Amino acid sequence: MTVMEQRGAYRPTPPPAWQPRTDPAPLLPDALPYRVLGTEAAAQVDPGLLRRLYAELVRGRRYNTQATALTKQGRLAVYPSSTGQEACEVAAALVLEDRDWLFPSYRDTLAAVARGLDPVQALTLLRGDWHTGYDPREHRIAPLCTPLATQLPHAVGLAHAARLKGDDVVALALVGDGGTSEGDFHEALNFAAVWQAPVVFLVQNNGFAISVPLAKQTAAPSLAHKAVGYGMPGRLVDGNDAAAVHQVLSEAIAHARAGGGPTLVEAVTYRIEAHTNADDATRYRGDAEVETWRGHDPIALLEHELTERGLLDDETIRTAREDAETMAADLRERMNQDPVLDPMDLFAHVYAQPTTQLLEQETQLRAELDAEDAAADGHAGHHGPEGAGR
Amino acid sequence: MTTVALKPATMAQALGRAMRDAMAADPSVHVMGEDVGTLGGVFRVTDGLAKEFGEDRCTDTPLAEAGILGTAVGMAMYGLRPVVEMQFDAFAYPAFEQLISHVARMRNRTRGAMPLPITIRVPYGGGIGGVEHHSDSSEAYYMATPGLHVVTPATVADAYGLLRASIASDDPVVFLEPKRLYWSKDSWNPDEPPAVEPIGRAVVRRSGRSATLITYGPSVPVCLEAAEAARAEGWDLEVVDLRSLVPFDDETVSASVRRTGRAVVVHESGSFGGPGGEIAARVTERCFHHLEAPVLRVAGFDIPYPPPMLERHHLPGVDRILDAVGRLQWEADS
Repeated sequence: MTVMEQRGAYRPTPPPAWQPRTDPAPLLPDALPYRVLGTEAAAQVDPGLLRRLYAELVRGRRYNTQATALTKQGRLAVYPSSTGQEACEVAAALVLEDRDWLFPSYRDTLAAVARGLDPVQALTLLRGDWHTGYDPREHRIAPLCTPLATQLPHAVGLAHAARLKGDDVVALALVGDGGTSEGDFHEALNFAAVWQAPVVFLVQNNGFAISVPLAKQTAAPSLAHKAVGYGMPGRLVDGNDAAAVHQVLSEAIAHARAGGGPTLVEAVTYRIEAHTNADDATRYRGDAEVETWRGHDPIALLEHELTERGLLDDETIRTAREDAETMAADLRERMNQDPVLDPMDLFAHVYAQPTTQLLEQETQLRAELDAEDAAADGHAGHHGPEGAGR
Repeated sequence: MTTVALKPATMAQALGRAMRDAMAADPSVHVMGEDVGTLGGVFRVTDGLAKEFGEDRCTDTPLAEAGILGTAVGMAMYGLRPVVEMQFDAFAYPAFEQLISHVARMRNRTRGAMPLPITIRVPYGGGIGGVEHHSDSSEAYYMATPGLHVVTPATVADAYGLLRASIASDDPVVFLEPKRLYWSKDSWNPDEPPAVEPIGRAVVRRSGRSATLITYGPSVPVCLEAAEAARAEGWDLEVVDLRSLVPFDDETVSASVRRTGRAVVVHESGSFGGPGGEIAARVTERCFHHLEAPVLRVAGFDIPYPPPMLERHHLPGVDRILDAVGRLQWEADS
């Protein structure tokens, strides 16, 4: 007897007023992740889109390897790599219109870069020179969010506000598999469904929340199944299939834009690297598992499809790789320069008008810096960069 | 001089009027929370707003404080000015992560690019016979979080003026509403609501020479009553109503203590780690050479808020305040 069949055994007969709101069946995700590459559906995809996804994946992979290298050189404090998950990151960026908003978590730097954000600005949080290195409004990219799932209600609120103002704007919020256990995940999905907010939730299920595997995270058949309890559709997609992620997200965004409300999309993928450069993944997973997933690499999948259909020539591959190298070289060079920091910035943006208490502390720091300068003038060095504006 | 028809108004009405006037003046102001719409709030503070401005402007949300404040963040990111209600002090705790990790820091982490003009209304404090989780004084938590303003009115006029100022602020404001003053009344001219001045200024509610009672919110009327009673002892007490805990008005407080030479901080919340410790330290740092006695604290006990049948023993009353005043070594003054 299934759980659904058992239900009548403990639920009392509903009074006449009871009316189930919707048939949950259309909301349920498919049993297996949706795929496009290697299936007949691939023939329906615009070749130009496939080639664009390919170029972005190659660029994204190079971005991940370059950022990881920067941690080894001490130029980045920490980097949570999205190697293996590039298809989700790139698709998330490409499905949005300029006016739409992206709500990334800390692993989604690549999505922000693929949306057009300067790679150095995207990395300030992880380098440590400021928490957010860009104007969120300018790029319609919310600050990279470190607490888990707390950006999801922000996405709901923004999408709701946009609709109240009559704007044709959709918010796409990214969260990991671990984040789905947080209370804010529940509250965000519930608000979104009740308000029919134009928001799409993309869960990148990469198998682990640091070291904790999905089986210890949830007892649900899939994370996409969680949607049905909120009254929104859930979609399950192969997160390494860039064409499939792009298609499913595009449909969900079109649905939201048309007033259909939110969708929960679970992309099944894998984090090839450790949680961050500070993590030892060998303690919680075996090489064989990682190698299996390497065999389902998002770039290789797309490359295979393009080659089979004669859409990829050597010139296209070379161009994609050269573009990625140019980006990496530029990133390397700019990240190797010391950021120019103004210590007085510590007080600049706490309140619109600093309190008298902050003004006193600001005066104290200025005096400390002046004393350091005076001491340094007697020596060769200087405590800070020139032109720091104080 | 024309005669103005003054009418009595309660603090709850003044707060509702403040939201109404703010919503009428600025279409970006949205009121949201559990029960704020059809019901008009459990204290009726938002009564009539949904009717006048529609459910899109005064919204009954699902019952979820983190969701209420979290979605308000997103709405503020898109240019709205949300005024959220937390219904009761202890109900706000699920929203603390949103408050502390996002609301308080968004301006700072985006270098000023994304300020969040959110007003968080929190009915707080005891004295109304509320059951558990309905009487907490949580101001110390808010005060300890940089990036938040913390405001609490004690009069009907301030309830109006300070709430208007809070909604107009480009920074997030935790607006603490003393529940037991909701039904306190004052006369005002309904055609001309009280003045709105910037938040952050304390006010001397009663002038005196003998000592300063530094207080705020629900304890202000208690201190005024204590000051009247102290006259029989020959003590002439000054009462300073802080009105704003953050920013803190050192100037007004210090000027008063320098005049009187003695100070007692009075509040409902617990003493250990409470606002009084911070205030006493600030007064001592600034007024040490003017002080004739240590700065004393009269506060709630350091216990979880007691059951309603015992709360009168917990809340600072007139007698406890007068006892403290008596310990200020008066004989040294004569």
